[in-house]
Amino acid sequence: MIKTDILIIGAGPTGLFAVFEAGLLQLRCHLIDALAQPGGQCAEIYPKKPIYDIPGFPEVLAGDLVKNLMQQIAPFQPGFTLGERAQTIEKQEDGTFIVTTNKGTKHHAPVVAIAGGLGSFEPRKPLLKDLPKFEDKGVAYMIKDPEVYRDQKVVIAGGGDSALDWTIFLADVASEVTLVHRRNEFRGALDSVAKVQELKDQGKVRLITPSEVVRLTGEDHLDGVVINRTSDPASDIHLETDHFIPLFGLSPKLGPIADWGLEIEKNAIKVDNTLDYQTNVPGIYAIGDVNTYPGKLKLILCGFHEATLMVQSAYQRIHPDKRYVMKYTTVGGINGFDGSKKEAPKAVVKSID
Amino acid sequence: MSDIKIKITDREGVLHVVDAPTDMNMNLMELVRSYELAPEGTIGVCGGMAMCASCQCYIRSDHHLPEKSDDEEAMLAEAFYVEADSRLGCQIHLEPSLDGLEVTLAPES
Repeated sequence: MIKTDILIIGAGPTGLFAVFEAGLLQLRCHLIDALAQPGGQCAEIYPKKPIYDIPGFPEVLAGDLVKNLMQQIAPFQPGFTLGERAQTIEKQEDGTFIVTTNKGTKHHAPVVAIAGGLGSFEPRKPLLKDLPKFEDKGVAYMIKDPEVYRDQKVVIAGGGDSALDWTIFLADVASEVTLVHRRNEFRGALDSVAKVQELKDQGKVRLITPSEVVRLTGEDHLDGVVINRTSDPASDIHLETDHFIPLFGLSPKLGPIADWGLEIEKNAIKVDNTLDYQTNVPGIYAIGDVNTYPGKLKLILCGFHEATLMVQSAYQRIHPDKRYVMKYTTVGGINGFDGSKKEAPKAVVKSID
Repeated sequence: MSDIKIKITDREGVLHVVDAPTDMNMNLMELVRSYELAPEGTIGVCGGMAMCASCQCYIRSDHHLPEKSDDEEAMLAEAFYVEADSRLGCQIHLEPSLDGLEVTLAPES
């Protein structure tokens, strides 16, 4: 069981900054995120795009913002449960919570802060008949263990970075890799496109473009796919394969959090914006894009503000008897849990003769 | 005022004729959101970067629209329910020449 003071669900910019504000109050945080890396949308969807409305940054790439936040919170040693989705929450008799992920990891904390953005990112599934029937029987939407594909025949569909990257990776693992995409053009990092071109020229991977997988075949387990070439729609190609991996990106879904007994409005969690961004369940807060209140704006800078106020309220909940007044970092410095110390340099007081 | 009329058929098949400002640097996706013609969280997910296709729509009138950018082409090539007249609403900037434009929102996916 992972124990912490504030359990943050969602490791996007808002969740990450909450770690900093909590650390100033000597509260420890642990974050859960369905994605494999911290940063949320900033890291997953638009790491290379600039943001212009972070106060103090005339321009910052979303990926750099995440990098900076990770650096800023490092002294406060946040814990991470990545690649797992928060599934259930159970309120204990003492008012604390146990949150369990889809993989069974349990987290125990007196305060839960949902910073889930638009929800957890789920793979987008193509509209193919029989697709659900073959899930885990030849069809997978993400690659967890590449060894599964050793010496197997694999068909990958998609035209983005993940389709390219896995094609490159599996070229050395699988016995046969076929990449199917609706266009001849791929959208990905330049060197991945070049690498796939090279592998194709060497005959190590097969590209079938522009085309689309239109049907799956097999009895209990997938044994092939039917591919329709855009240039010749009349003649379908039947390709034997052991695995079909459609990689069409991710789309956010509020998911299991919607069943936690929280008041939901417009796919977002209602909170008290006059005070501390607490939900209708005391001890559960919602900050950033995942919450809603009159006048709500889904901006990173608003998430930062909400995180700051949330943490003050969480402190009072965790330490009801302690008195506390907010202290400026310039005055108090940063005292990391790792023993690191940052403080403003003392001014020199010296007479001038 | 420099409003134009846009006819939007929502995902339930209901037609809405709405006034659209052309002086607010708005696009079609934002127009749909401003009138709440699709539930929040199901449209404009990426905020308008042509990176999610949640604002896909079908153009039902013969208005002249700007060419698709590479980003829009690429996104539509990975989207579902794509038709010949599919566009991403976030890439269609509202301007006076679009008066009377008719669009249908694509299903959520």
